Amino acid sequence: MERTVAETIRDISREHIAKHNGILLGQCLTAVGWVQNTVPAQAEGIVELPMTDVSGAGIAVGAAIMGRRPIFIIRFQSLLWLNASPIVNHAAKAKSVFGYPAPVFVRAIGSEGDSTGPIHTNCFHSLFMHMPGLPVCAPMTPNEYVQIWNWYMTHDDPLLVSEHRRSYTSRQEMPDQVHHDAHITIYAMSAARFNAVEAVEVLGHRGVRCNLVHLLWLKPFDLTQRVMEPLKASGHGIVVDSAYEIAGASQSVAYELMYATGCPVKAVGQADRSPGVAKRLENGTPTTMRIVDTVEMMLRDV
Amino acid sequence: MSIERGIAQGPQQPRMVRSPDWGMMEGLAEACSPERSLAMFRKMCLTRYFDLRVRQAQLDNDIECLIYLSVGQEAVAAAVAVVMEGCYVLGQHRGHSVYLSFGGRPERLADELLGMSTGCCGGMGGSPPSHDFERKIVAHNGLIGDQVPVAAGIALAAPGERVICFFGDGAAEEDYVLATLGFVATKKLPLLFVCEDNDLSVLTPTVERRNWSVVDVAQGFGLNAVDITDDPWLIEYWTTTLADQLPAIINIRTCREFWHNGTGSDNNAEWSRFDLTKAKLTEIGLRDKARAIELEIKTFVEDLWNERLQRRSAI
Ligand SMILES: Cc1ncc(C[n+]2csc(CCOP(=O)(O)OP(=O)(O)O)c2C)c(N)n1
Ligand SMILES: [Mg+2]
Repeated sequence: MERTVAETIRDISREHIAKHNGILLGQCLTAVGWVQNTVPAQAEGIVELPMTDVSGAGIAVGAAIMGRRPIFIIRFQSLLWLNASPIVNHAAKAKSVFGYPAPVFVRAIGSEGDSTGPIHTNCFHSLFMHMPGLPVCAPMTPNEYVQIWNWYMTHDDPLLVSEHRRSYTSRQEMPDQVHHDAHITIYAMSAARFNAVEAVEVLGHRGVRCNLVHLLWLKPFDLTQRVMEPLKASGHGIVVDSAYEIAGASQSVAYELMYATGCPVKAVGQADRSPGVAKRLENGTPTTMRIVDTVEMMLRDV
Repeated sequence: MSIERGIAQGPQQPRMVRSPDWGMMEGLAEACSPERSLAMFRKMCLTRYFDLRVRQAQLDNDIECLIYLSVGQEAVAAAVAVVMEGCYVLGQHRGHSVYLSFGGRPERLADELLGMSTGCCGGMGGSPPSHDFERKIVAHNGLIGDQVPVAAGIALAAPGERVICFFGDGAAEEDYVLATLGFVATKKLPLLFVCEDNDLSVLTPTVERRNWSVVDVAQGFGLNAVDITDDPWLIEYWTTTLADQLPAIINIRTCREFWHNGTGSDNNAEWSRFDLTKAKLTEIGLRDKARAIELEIKTFVEDLWNERLQRRSAI
């Protein structure tokens, strides 16, 4: 049987420690469930950080400078606001400004629902896309994880890996869906990909044929043929993402696509309000129905 | 009694030892007025029975949000609160005890946990940000220790106000907490810090995280500091003493009875301060009065929750 995403991360980490003198740093790693089973249950190579949410990232960056290729785990992306400075101001600038590399692999875990509320309903990869020198990706499948890990190990850049808890138990690969007669192309990132897959099905039943293009890399965002052709053929696009829409990954990608093709492309991300804990106040990844509604609205306007 | 700046009271070594009589002093309960002893116990009962009811409500699926219970740690906020009335208060995510002990309105907390718009955050925040700003209880945003610099800002900006700031032994490690201790010492702000030291950050014990003590570090910055167990009379004594020597910090060894969040328990609490307190109240001749208070609070809490649940089902 194929591995889950969590198992894949754990295997990669174990091998990294065993074969490459790698280390893994983070808070409360060993005590509760080994970070949703993504961390190998072992003492070797694992550094328990104190609850230092600013210096923790700096420690990881220092280890990166020394060539240990650290995996730095941030259990909730909301903590990125605190951990950001060493990542963006040292690791991201190291090559271009200081002339040496600081390749730290930042595992930033997104989550939502289950009353995570205003604190830990989080997906904040967009703000890191802002900074030069820091590639950003959001792997949601086992193979994608292997792919980005191999990329990291063969480059000397830091990497911001926007994970999502929703992916951890998944064993599925998520291939693009492209049809010659599609009405619209949906670009999906992060956990929004799971909802986008469902939305495509719902829309199919309603007679709307959709292309679905999965985006693993948020930055750099390459306008390859694979990305551009479905949009050009269908004439309309939407970009869906788990993070906030305004000044977020979805708007950024939508802009690139629109400018390159001249086709209208709408961004759909987390709505511009704080999420609450009560079910009626939640605000996370655009739901399947929100994606469906947006597509129908766009096509109605045609 | 006044203490010399920088000299910690209580046993000095080893720092990581935890016990129900860490730093204990003889005769404090006997010397305390019965009214004050019972006032502390009343607050302890309120936190305990309120939070046990919260736990039940989650088991009954009446509460969906994450809950962080203060059960086991009741004495800390209760004893500080009887001394420090009328101060600005900042707690952390495990803050029901602070909220209730400092006079936060119980029905607003119940409503918040029930996801109602009449809750203290209108159903947005759930357990961690429980606050009652009109009563000077400030909200916590869920990031551990984040309340510590905010408390310093409040003290800085409101001369004449005393401020109390609670945080956990895990939060003590946050960069911005340590930096704030230094700032507060430098500016001599009238702030009392209380570290609720349950020896756990989620499930990671202190020894796996650090080898320094909060009190040593605070003293290094020039704060008055003591490291004690969670006996209410001992806390009351040190709060009273240090209230005139701010800024100061009290590190209080205490035991969490339930899981980090939710309703589960590993039965790992090293002592039950609630039981020890009742035994002491009996010893000093307050058994019957204490029993009456316990019963009164139990009934109050039960009635309150029934009423709030009825209100919710009527919506
Ligand atoms: C800045 C920040 N880092 C990490 C977390 C995750 N977290 C939530 S509660 C907690 C434990 C904090 O321990 P402590 O301060 O001792 O409080 P306790 O839960 O023991 O009352 C952690 C690490 C967080 N909420 N905020
Ligand atoms: Mg703790």
